[in-house]
Amino acid sequence: MATDENRLVKDAVLEIGVEELPARFMRQALADAREYIIEALATARLEASEVRVYGTPRRIIVQLRQVAPRQNDLVREVRGPAARAAFDSEGKPTKAALGFARSTGVSVEALACRPTPQGDYVYATVTEGGRPAGAVLAEVFPQMIAAMSFPKSMRWGSHDFRFARPIRWILALLGTDVIDFHTHAVSSGRATWGHRTLAPGAHEIESAEEYLLRLRELGVMADPQERAKSIREQAESLTSSIGGQAVIDPELLEEVTFLVEWPRAFVGRFASDYLDLPEACVITPMKDHQRYFPVREPGGNLMSVFVGVRNGGDHAIDVVREGNEKVLAARLADARFFYEEDMKRPLAERADDLRGVVFQEKLGTMYEKATRIGLLASELLYGAPEAALVQRTACLAKADLVTSVVREFTELQGVMGREYALRQGEDRTVAEAIFEHYLPRFAGDVLPASPLGAALSVADKIDTLVGYFSIGLIPSGSADPYALRRQAAGAVSVHAEWKFRVGLDSLVARAASLFGEAGVAGDASRQAQVVEDVMGFIRARMKASLEEAGLRHDIADAVLAAGFGRPVCVFERAQAVAQVVDEGWFAALATAGSRVRNIAMNAQSEAFNPTLFQDDAEHALFDAAKSLEAEVRTSIEARMSGFVDRTAYISALERMSVISPVIDRYFEKVMVMVDDEAVRNNRLAMLKWVSGVLSMVIDLSTIVFAGE
Amino acid sequence: MIFQDLILTLERYWAQRDVTIQQPYVVEVGAGTMSPHTFLRVLGPEPWSVAYVQPSRRPADGRYGDNPNRLFQHHQYQVILKPSPDNVQDLYLGSLAAIGIDPAQHDIRFVEDNWEAPTLGAWGTGWEVWLDGMEITQFTYFQQVGGIEVRPVSAEITYGLERIAMYLQRVDNVYDLKWVGDLTYGDVYHRAEYEFSKYAFELADIDVLRASFENYEREASRCIDQSLILPAYDYVLKCSHVFNILDARGAFGTAQRAEYMARVRSLARLVARAWVDREHEEAAVNGDRRE
Repeated sequence: MATDENRLVKDAVLEIGVEELPARFMRQALADAREYIIEALATARLEASEVRVYGTPRRIIVQLRQVAPRQNDLVREVRGPAARAAFDSEGKPTKAALGFARSTGVSVEALACRPTPQGDYVYATVTEGGRPAGAVLAEVFPQMIAAMSFPKSMRWGSHDFRFARPIRWILALLGTDVIDFHTHAVSSGRATWGHRTLAPGAHEIESAEEYLLRLRELGVMADPQERAKSIREQAESLTSSIGGQAVIDPELLEEVTFLVEWPRAFVGRFASDYLDLPEACVITPMKDHQRYFPVREPGGNLMSVFVGVRNGGDHAIDVVREGNEKVLAARLADARFFYEEDMKRPLAERADDLRGVVFQEKLGTMYEKATRIGLLASELLYGAPEAALVQRTACLAKADLVTSVVREFTELQGVMGREYALRQGEDRTVAEAIFEHYLPRFAGDVLPASPLGAALSVADKIDTLVGYFSIGLIPSGSADPYALRRQAAGAVSVHAEWKFRVGLDSLVARAASLFGEAGVAGDASRQAQVVEDVMGFIRARMKASLEEAGLRHDIADAVLAAGFGRPVCVFERAQAVAQVVDEGWFAALATAGSRVRNIAMNAQSEAFNPTLFQDDAEHALFDAAKSLEAEVRTSIEARMSGFVDRTAYISALERMSVISPVIDRYFEKVMVMVDDEAVRNNRLAMLKWVSGVLSMVIDLSTIVFAGE
Repeated sequence: MIFQDLILTLERYWAQRDVTIQQPYVVEVGAGTMSPHTFLRVLGPEPWSVAYVQPSRRPADGRYGDNPNRLFQHHQYQVILKPSPDNVQDLYLGSLAAIGIDPAQHDIRFVEDNWEAPTLGAWGTGWEVWLDGMEITQFTYFQQVGGIEVRPVSAEITYGLERIAMYLQRVDNVYDLKWVGDLTYGDVYHRAEYEFSKYAFELADIDVLRASFENYEREASRCIDQSLILPAYDYVLKCSHVFNILDARGAFGTAQRAEYMARVRSLARLVARAWVDREHEEAAVNGDRRE
């Protein structure tokens, strides 16, 4: 870049002025904007030393530092006529060459000849001068605005375009110049709007370079990181002066950061007798409803204060504090009222009220559901010491649904059940299981930590799945209104974690028969269909989770084909295969296995008779498979009982690999499809059995190897 | 500011901004949105601006007159601006100033809250407006109503009058609000709060109400078949109100509740569709006459 041009390097800024944007959109929106601009500048060959994005509730800001005055030149080669047409025998340019030179704007002397696969051709080197930065940004900025997408967007006025909230102004400056464009019914200019109360109305900005500084004077802290830091520091210093510590949940901090343009924290108080309530009843209204930070003593106890954050300065801060205190007081009074109402009747009595609560109209009441959950969980805990507690816990597990606190704050289901159970003298194991049976509540959530909670969790989810499938409410495509995929994934992960002996398949079958007894799931054949559908659905969830864990698609299929009633076995087998899939012996085993299986597909039965063998190789394969079958079965069973560690599957596969040469030799020596029907069928039947032996750990035939 | 002055001030403020002042609707509704002045008028292309008080009944929120903040029936001040003007937020903030809430003296926040009314097949984007942490207004840009994408988009401003009045009068108990002179909110409404709470929670006959729901549902369908849209819509509102009482009475499980809501929604959709179709027909007829 020439020296004199360096002096012309300027900053550029785009400010999209909007009505208050949803806080939860902001992080992604800013990241998207930055990525879009970086790519767009690269495509447009416009250099800038830095791209920064900032955001507040009322603005999305893109700042470009040291923007080049123009796009970089674009140099490209243009192919012209063939060399022999362009120059005559004396090497003088023909009309064709002259015309080409004129049309590309270069001199005839500058044309060059180059060889191509089609012979020599004439080329011109054309340089397209870059356009000024302002003209480029006048296209890039509105394109970026149009390209922005949000989890939920809207229309406004009489317009058809969408954005997260209505766009009310656009400031776009390159140095001191306005970058002119019109989009979303707004023309760009140099006006910004100040903080709603600290500097209301429109204010003109001289230059892109002074924009952020001026914005600060107008009561707007543009950088969310700076606002978050300020909120944290204010909250900490305010609370340490009263001997406490603000509990700053990162998600809440981010939300509050995007609710204010200029944060001012304040401490509010509430009556200390609310601290007698369960913590959840105090914290939930505070955090979820009012976006306050709770405050704890050094020992961990909740204090009767909160930290709120106001959008603006110190002005009339006492009025703001008092207003917020009043609102929280009213919410806490509600919470106390609900809680006291709830405590008037023990959970155990309320369990009976579940008879009046419909789980699903065709599937009966919550009471019936709780009963089924108890029966299913008993199967999982058969022989375990907790089995004695199952029925009672299952009855109590759903009882908090008919409490007032849970009606008011549905997110507290399970949490309040545990609380009431404890306060009403239930066994601690029972109380914890009430909470745990809802786990996991979302992907990545904690899993139940007790066998009782885990069994109820799996039982509850399987019951829901089988119930909904029985009445035809089956997710299709992306539509999953009852979140059944989450239920299935939850059942799988809890079952895997707790390594229950009773498989999901038998649990699903039991649930189907329970719904059958209740007259919901139809006759035996209809129930069998439901079981098949539910297991297919569970299989799909397991496959998705295997693939998410990085397992190859074909290996996932191979593992699942060997059975998936016990997810823990599926996951362990998958890990085993992933470790050996690149070994030479494994490829040999898989190839031999596929060979057996392909031909065995023609078999009518698995019954064969060794006396009909005619070749040594037949005897050899029979003997090898026979001993393999016993060995692998023993080792799988040992693993399932927990007697050996998870490498059992790898050693089982390794042991299997000894059969590969035996199979190869068999196919060298033995012709399977002979005319003699008895011999042919005998051979096919044995191969079918061998194929089964080879599929005991995984179905080898679906594995795809490189080069196939 | 006494309760009735609050209403009168808002009436005057919006009247001065060329908004039609209307009266509350006479069938029981849970919100001002359900009045045909909103639900039907936001459909179709015609501009429309209206403001009215709407007493709104929510049986499940009743507290026998014992709770200082919760009411079986509260009063909404409802404003519809169609299409939504560019300065709609400023108009709203101006109205707060008119009733004595100077934004500079408080913390006023627009916090995301995307309103939806499943029984009306309606949703929009917008905010709950916070005054020092208290929700005082629901502010919505309607996107869909009765299952129909609305064009143009209306802005709906719904003020919670009791909340605002309690703030202005600095009282902690809604029944202590001054309505006018010595007359309090409690004098006017306390007995109704008790009786309607008692009814919805304890007395309402579930079988009778279920039968009423079905009768109203049938009557609504019959009216729709005859293109009598406004009577049909009244019956949809009645279905919705009966549903709310049944809900307060604890008559539904989750799924059954969803099923009843779906039934109200499908009626609301039919009404909305019929209203839009008739507007089209009328436009066509008027077009013919002009030719």
